[in-house]
Amino acid sequence: MSLALSPDDRPYLPRGVRLHDDRVRGSTVLLAPEKAVELDQIGVAILSRVNGEDTFAQIIQDLAQTYNAPAQQIEQDVQRFLVGLRARLYLMVH
Amino acid sequence: MSVPPPIAMLAELTHRCPLSCPYCSNPLEMAAKEAELDTETWADVFRQAAEMGVLQLHLSGGEPASRRDLEELTRAAHAAGLYTNLITSAIGLTPRRLDALEAAGLDHIQLSLQGTNAQLADKIGGYRGGFDRKMQAAEEIAKRGIPLTLNAVMHRQNLDDLDRTIDMAVELGARRLEVACVQFHGWATKNIAALLPTREQTEAAKDKVAEASKRLRGVLAFDFVPPDYYADYPKSCMGGWGSAGLNVAPDGSVLPCHAAQTIPHLQFDNVRDTALKSIWYDSAAFNAYRGTDWLPEPCQSCDRKEVDFGGCRCQALALAGDAGATDPVCVKSPDHHRVVAMLAEGEDEADLTYRVNA
Repeated sequence: MSLALSPDDRPYLPRGVRLHDDRVRGSTVLLAPEKAVELDQIGVAILSRVNGEDTFAQIIQDLAQTYNAPAQQIEQDVQRFLVGLRARLYLMVH
Repeated sequence: MSVPPPIAMLAELTHRCPLSCPYCSNPLEMAAKEAELDTETWADVFRQAAEMGVLQLHLSGGEPASRRDLEELTRAAHAAGLYTNLITSAIGLTPRRLDALEAAGLDHIQLSLQGTNAQLADKIGGYRGGFDRKMQAAEEIAKRGIPLTLNAVMHRQNLDDLDRTIDMAVELGARRLEVACVQFHGWATKNIAALLPTREQTEAAKDKVAEASKRLRGVLAFDFVPPDYYADYPKSCMGGWGSAGLNVAPDGSVLPCHAAQTIPHLQFDNVRDTALKSIWYDSAAFNAYRGTDWLPEPCQSCDRKEVDFGGCRCQALALAGDAGATDPVCVKSPDHHRVVAMLAEGEDEADLTYRVNA
């Protein structure tokens, strides 16, 4: 199945998946079942906007404004990142 | 060499278990109940682990539900900030205990599967009625929405059931299926002939997992632990000795991997006497095979040395008689012929030797 997000999809981190402030390593990690994924700044920027309320389109718009970058390019990067998480069931959509 | 902090800790809360699986990874000499760490000591170990950088805590055993204080231990681990994962057969996990574990902050359950039907599962687990109780518990877990991984240990006697195993994982609402081919440590070493998959089974399993992970993308995630002995190169044990994870045995001994006690010349420090941090960074056992400086040839000049770190130390000891040798699974190992000879030993009619519980 295609896991690409539609503009109206409202992504969220399901139960058992959460962001964690890793003070020992000085980074933010995504904690999931038996897995810890160290996030870079871009990953943190994306996932801190994933709240089950905002749509995929709104998240792209917000990121484009905040980072003053073309929405089309942002969308490609965010889509790739979120599809990867969705394939591992670390991300779901309403 | 700078040593990174550990990411994951396996807490073997007890060696006690109602099952007696013939591939149990517990050592042949198990810790008695009287030797187990008490609640307060475990809670302190969890806090120490979180402080030094451990993110993932695997509450395991034996059967961790055999500990009456499992709920309290989970609460302590959660309070320390650890991601808590319960590795269980689900025997002893009543609805009431599941409620209490949820309230204590349990993040995830890894449920073991001994077989896809009562006849096979209860034969492997050596416990009549175990399969039915497990299925009831799985339903209760799904009802509560607790994130679930199904861990199917696959071997000669059940690999042909892989299709059904995959279907069951979907039916039970698991998000992830670990297809873990049996690893020959602990009690499994007594059952190599009966459990060693055939080459045909191994190839079929790889194909099936590849096909199913494509078909079920977004529905069920897969992790595949390929069988020992058939690969050309060894697995990197624990992602490198003393580099990512550590194990605390029921009596408080701290081990670089769950089978490390089979290596007789290593001495393991205990959390009753020594701080966890000091054991991780400074103990002789954790530094014995850390990094790549200790590697023998042909590893030392091999371009895979940072990939597999010479493979598994316990396997090197078991098959080559030297824990410091290249893992004989490797085609470049001078002892590789021992593995090749072993592959001929599998037989369908071999009897199972069960784990003997105290």
